[in-house]
Amino acid sequence: KFSQISRSYDIVCLLGRSYRCKCRPPARDQFQEELVIRPLHSGDIYASFQFRTLWDTDFLQERQKKVSHYRLFPKSLGQVLSKFSVRELHISFTQGFWRTMQWGQPFIPSPPGAELWVWFHHTVSDVDGNWKELTNVLSGIFCASLNFIDMTNTVQPSASFKPLGLGNATDHRFLRYATLPREIVCTENLTPWKKLLPCGSKAGLAVLMKSEKLFHSSFHSQAVHIRPICQDEQCTSKAWELRQTLNVVFDHYTSGQGKKEWSLFKMFSRTLTEACPLASSSKVYVDITDNPELFELSPATHLLSRAVVLGDRRTYSVYDLTRAETFGQLRSFNLLLRWKGDNMLRPLLHAERYVAGFGLQTGEIHTVIYNNHPYRAFPVLLMDSVPWYLQLYVHTLTVTSKSRDNKPSYIHYQPAKDRHRPHLLEMLIQLPPHSMTEVTVQFERALLKWTEYTPDPNHGFYVGSSVVSALVPSMVAMSTNFTQDQPLFSSFVPVKEESSYFVRVYTEPLLVNLPTPDFSMPYNVICLTCTVVAVGYGSFYNLLTRTFQVDEPSPPLAKRLANFIRRIRGVPLLA
Amino acid sequence: KQVVLFYRLTKVLISYCFILVIAEMQRGRYAALAIAAVVIVVGIPLWWKTTETYRAWLPFSEISELDSLQLQLSVDIEVVFSRGTLTPEQQKKFPLSHVNQKEHQVDAKTGLRYKYETRYRTATIMEEDALNQPTADLSLHMLSESSCGSVVVYVIPESAALLPEDVKVYVGQRRTALLRSPPFKSSWSLKEVLSNLDMEVEQVVSTMSFSHQDIVAALSDRVRMAKVTKESMADSMRAIKSSPGYEITFSLLNPDPRSHSLHWDIEGAVQSCIQPLLNKLAPIANFSVDSQILYYAVLGVNPRFDNSVSAYTLSADSLSHVINPVEARLGSNAASSNPVLNFLLYVPDSHHSPLFIRDHSKREVPSNAFHSPRWGGIMVYNVNEMYGPEAERPVDININMAKVMGVFLAQLRLMLGVQHTHPPTGFVLQSPGSAGLADWELDRLLWSRSVENIATASTTITSLAQLLDQIGNIVINDNIAQQVSSAVTSLQSAVAELEAGNLAFALQYSREAILASERAFFDPSLLHLLYFPDDQKFAIYIPLFLPMCVPIVLSLLKIVSEAKKKRADKQAKSD
Repeated sequence: KFSQISRSYDIVCLLGRSYRCKCRPPARDQFQEELVIRPLHSGDIYASFQFRTLWDTDFLQERQKKVSHYRLFPKSLGQVLSKFSVRELHISFTQGFWRTMQWGQPFIPSPPGAELWVWFHHTVSDVDGNWKELTNVLSGIFCASLNFIDMTNTVQPSASFKPLGLGNATDHRFLRYATLPREIVCTENLTPWKKLLPCGSKAGLAVLMKSEKLFHSSFHSQAVHIRPICQDEQCTSKAWELRQTLNVVFDHYTSGQGKKEWSLFKMFSRTLTEACPLASSSKVYVDITDNPELFELSPATHLLSRAVVLGDRRTYSVYDLTRAETFGQLRSFNLLLRWKGDNMLRPLLHAERYVAGFGLQTGEIHTVIYNNHPYRAFPVLLMDSVPWYLQLYVHTLTVTSKSRDNKPSYIHYQPAKDRHRPHLLEMLIQLPPHSMTEVTVQFERALLKWTEYTPDPNHGFYVGSSVVSALVPSMVAMSTNFTQDQPLFSSFVPVKEESSYFVRVYTEPLLVNLPTPDFSMPYNVICLTCTVVAVGYGSFYNLLTRTFQVDEPSPPLAKRLANFIRRIRGVPLLA
Repeated sequence: KQVVLFYRLTKVLISYCFILVIAEMQRGRYAALAIAAVVIVVGIPLWWKTTETYRAWLPFSEISELDSLQLQLSVDIEVVFSRGTLTPEQQKKFPLSHVNQKEHQVDAKTGLRYKYETRYRTATIMEEDALNQPTADLSLHMLSESSCGSVVVYVIPESAALLPEDVKVYVGQRRTALLRSPPFKSSWSLKEVLSNLDMEVEQVVSTMSFSHQDIVAALSDRVRMAKVTKESMADSMRAIKSSPGYEITFSLLNPDPRSHSLHWDIEGAVQSCIQPLLNKLAPIANFSVDSQILYYAVLGVNPRFDNSVSAYTLSADSLSHVINPVEARLGSNAASSNPVLNFLLYVPDSHHSPLFIRDHSKREVPSNAFHSPRWGGIMVYNVNEMYGPEAERPVDININMAKVMGVFLAQLRLMLGVQHTHPPTGFVLQSPGSAGLADWELDRLLWSRSVENIATASTTITSLAQLLDQIGNIVINDNIAQQVSSAVTSLQSAVAELEAGNLAFALQYSREAILASERAFFDPSLLHLLYFPDDQKFAIYIPLFLPMCVPIVLSLLKIVSEAKKKRADKQAKSD
C-alpha cells in the first residue's frame, strides 16, 4: 500500500440545523458489564461475565431507512440482523460439560459444542435460504465451523424454544435450531467474541479474559444473545439487547494443589484497574449466601444485594467498579477468598443420557430425568434431535417413572429423511415428585455412503444434547417486577409467575459408533471386479474362438506291430 | 465289394472331417472378428458414454470473437454558434453535420475507434437570451436536456463579456461548454472557419467526455500497458476497481474514551454531503453507507514529537504503516462481498495531541489527511484546543462534520475515479456544486466504466472458456452455460450500444455482463474435484483392459497374417 497526502476539497455541504444546536439528545444506547463469582460446593469457582448493550432502534425497518450508524453495538452483528431479518439470535460455544449434579444450575445453560437458534422475522419468505447464508456469515464472524450446519442437522422445535424477547411468535416455521456437538472451542473463537465489546479487552472486566487461563478450566462457555426487549415495565419503547456472556468453571482444588484459596489474580492472572469508561454500570458480584460458614472474603464490602435467582434466595457482595474507592490505594482490585468447609446441594431438575446395546446394528438411547423436589410434580419438555443415520423406531419409545408407564401428554415427532433432515422428537412429560423418569427409544445404525464419513470415522459420530425445558417450582417467591437496575445474571429469562422459574437443562452429547468400512475398498472392488470380469471373459472368448478338431487317435500298439509286419511281408496294411 | 464301400465311406468321412475342420476354423475366425466388432462398436462407446462428464454447450465461437475486441465509441457533439461569431454569409449553409473518426490499435487483439459526430447550427433566440444572462450555464440547461454522453459547445464571440479576459473555455456543471471563438476573418469560407475551430472543440470534448489516455487506462485488464506515465498510472491505481456495489464505511477512532467523549452527527452529514453524490452515481453502482465508532483503536505508528512546533508529527514515509493495525479492528462487512471504502477519522488521545501529518517536503498538510489507494482515507482531527487542562474528564466534544466531510468527499471522488483532470490552459471548470459531481464528470466516469466493464467481462469470459476447453474433466452445468451465454449477449449488446452512442444502456449492459461472467467464473460447481490424472485412471482400468484386449489383438493379428498368407498362396497358384 502506498499513501498519498490528500487535499481538502472545498465543497459546500448543505448541513442542517443540527450543527448550530449545541444541545444533544441523550445517548440511545448503553452498555453494562457484570461479573458474578459463585463458589461452588464442589470446591470449584464459577465465574460468569455478562455484557449487555441496549440500543433503542429497529433493525427490521424497510430498506430506505436502514440502520447503519453504530456506536456501541457492533457493526458486524447489526448488519447481519438487518440483512437476514433476524428477530432473535442465540449462539453459544461451549467446551466441557456442565455438571448439574455437582454445580447446580448455571445462569445461562448451554450444551457442549456449538448451539445456534434463530427466530426469523415473519416477513422472511425463504427461511431456509436465509438460515444457510446466516450460518455461513456467522461462521466467518466467530471463526467457527458453523458452516457445517445444513438441513441434515437443523430442526424446527415446536414447543421447546420460544422467543425470549418481545413478541409471542408461535409459528415455528420461522425458528431454526441446530447444534454441532463436535465443535471445539478455542482462542480463535474468543478473540472475535471479545472484539464485539465496545471496550474490547482494553478496559473493564474484559481485561480478565486471558485465553490461556480461560481455557485451562473445567468448563468454558461463551455466548451471544440478541433479542428485542422492553425498555420499561409498560413496554412503551422497544430496544435491542445484545448480551454477551462468558461462563467459566475453574477447578482450583486440583490446580491449587489442594489449597482451597483463590483470588482474581490466581484465576485470571490479572487484576482489575478500571471499569470500561463507556459502561453505565460495571459491577462484580460474589455469592456469599453460605458465608460466613463456608469461606472468607477480602476486601470486604458493605454493599449487599439480595436477589432470587433460579428459585433460591441468594445474597451477593457487590463491588462497583465505577467508584474509585473500590480500587483502594493500590489502584487495583484483587478479590481473595479462603474456604472453610463444604456441603452439597442437589439441583431440583437434572438429566443425563447414554447409549445402550451392543454390536454395530442396533442400539438404544436412554434419557434419564430426575425430579428432586420432595413433594411437587411438574411437567418438562424434552427435545431430542437425532441425525438421520440413527434410524429411530418410535414404536419402541417408552417413558417410565417409578417403574410405571408414564404416558407423555404431548408428542411431536418429525421423522427423518435420509440425507435431508434429522429426527425431531419433542414430548411433554409429567415428572412425579422425587422420581427418576427414563425415556428409551431403540434405533438402527444406517450404512453411510463412503463420501459421507467424517475424516475420523472410527472416533464415532456425535449426537447433540437433548434439551429439557421446564418451569420448576420455586422454593421462594420470585419477583415478577421488571426493574432496570436488576443484576444482569438474574434477568435473562423473564419471570412470568411468582411460584416457578424457567430452567433449561442440557444432557451430555452422545458418541455413537457406526459401521465403518475399509476405505481402500473402492479401489479393491474395482480391481476385483475387473479381474473377475476379465477371467470370465477370457474363458468365454476361448470357447467362442478356439477351433476344436477330432484328433486322429493313434492306432493301438498291436495294430502298429501288425502293420509293421505286413509292410515287411508286402501284404496290404490294416486300416 | 464291402471293402470298397467301406474304403469309399472312410474317404468321404475323412474329407468331410477335413471340411468340418476348415469350417470350424472359419467359425473361430468369425467369432473373434465378431467379438472385436462388438467391443469396438458397443463396448467402447458404452464405456465412453458412462464415464463422460456432463458438459453443456458453450458459445465458443462467439467467445473467440470477443477475444479480439473492436470497440467503437460514438460521441454526439453539437456546436452552436451564437450571434456575432459568423457572418450572415457563412450562416446560410447551416445546419451542417460532420463525422470524424479516429482509429487506434491498442494491441494485437484490441482496437479502438472514436467516432465524433458533430452537428453545427446557429443559436436559437432563447439560447441567445440565455447566453446573455450571467448564469448562462444553468439557463442553457433549462432550455434543453442533453442526453447522457453528449456534449454541447456554444461558440461565443471573441469580445463577449460573459467570460473573464483570459478564459478561453468555460465548462459548466451540465454537459455544456462555452468556447470563446478564435479570431475569424470574415472572408473565410465556412469550411475554413470550422476547420479552424476543430482543434478547440476536440480539446473540449476530450476534457468533457473521454480522452484516449482514459480509455486505454480503462482497458488495463486486457492490455498490458508498456508506455504509461507515472502520473496516469497513479491515477488509475488510485481509483477503485469497477464493481457492482461499494460499501462506504466511516469509522471514528477514539483511542482514549476516558478523556474524550466524542459526538459526531454522521447521519446528518452523510445525508447532506455524501448522499447527493451517491444518488448521482446510482447508475454506476449500488452504494451503501454505514458508520461505527471504535474505542481504544490506535494507529500503527508512534508519532514523533517535534519541539519546534510543540506538536506530534507523522511523516509521509510512515503513513503506509498506519493502516494495518487499525484494519484488524475495522471488520469487513459481514453481509456483502462488495469492496469496502474506509474513511477513518482519528482523534488522537490527549497525550499525543496535537498531531499533524507532514508531506514529503516536511510541510504540514493543511487538511491533515491522507488516503491510501483503493482502500480509503484517514483524517486526523485534533481536539486539544477545545478544552482546558483542568476540564472534567471525559470532555464532551462535538466534531465539526462540515470540515471532516469536505475532506472525505474529496477522497471519495478520488477513489471513485472522478479525477481532478488537469485542464488545458485557458479552461475553467465550474465546481460541481452541492451534488458533488458535474454531469460531464459523470459522463467521463460512465465512458471509462463501460469500457472497463467490457474489458473485464470479456477477459473473464475468454479465460473461463479457455480453462473449460483445456480441462476436459470439468463438469459444465446448464446454469453455467446459461450465465456464460447471457454474459456474451450482454457484452455484445454493450458493445453495440457503445457504438450507437447510448452510453447509459451501454453501462447497464456492461454491468450485467460483468455480473453474469463473474457468477459463471466463480460458480462453486466448477470447483468440484472431478479431475483425475489420466495415468491414474488407466492404472485402475488395467485389470479389465489388459486381459480383454490382448486376446482380441492377438487373434486379429493372426487373422491378418493368415489372410496375407492366403493371398500370397493364391498369387503363387495363379502364377
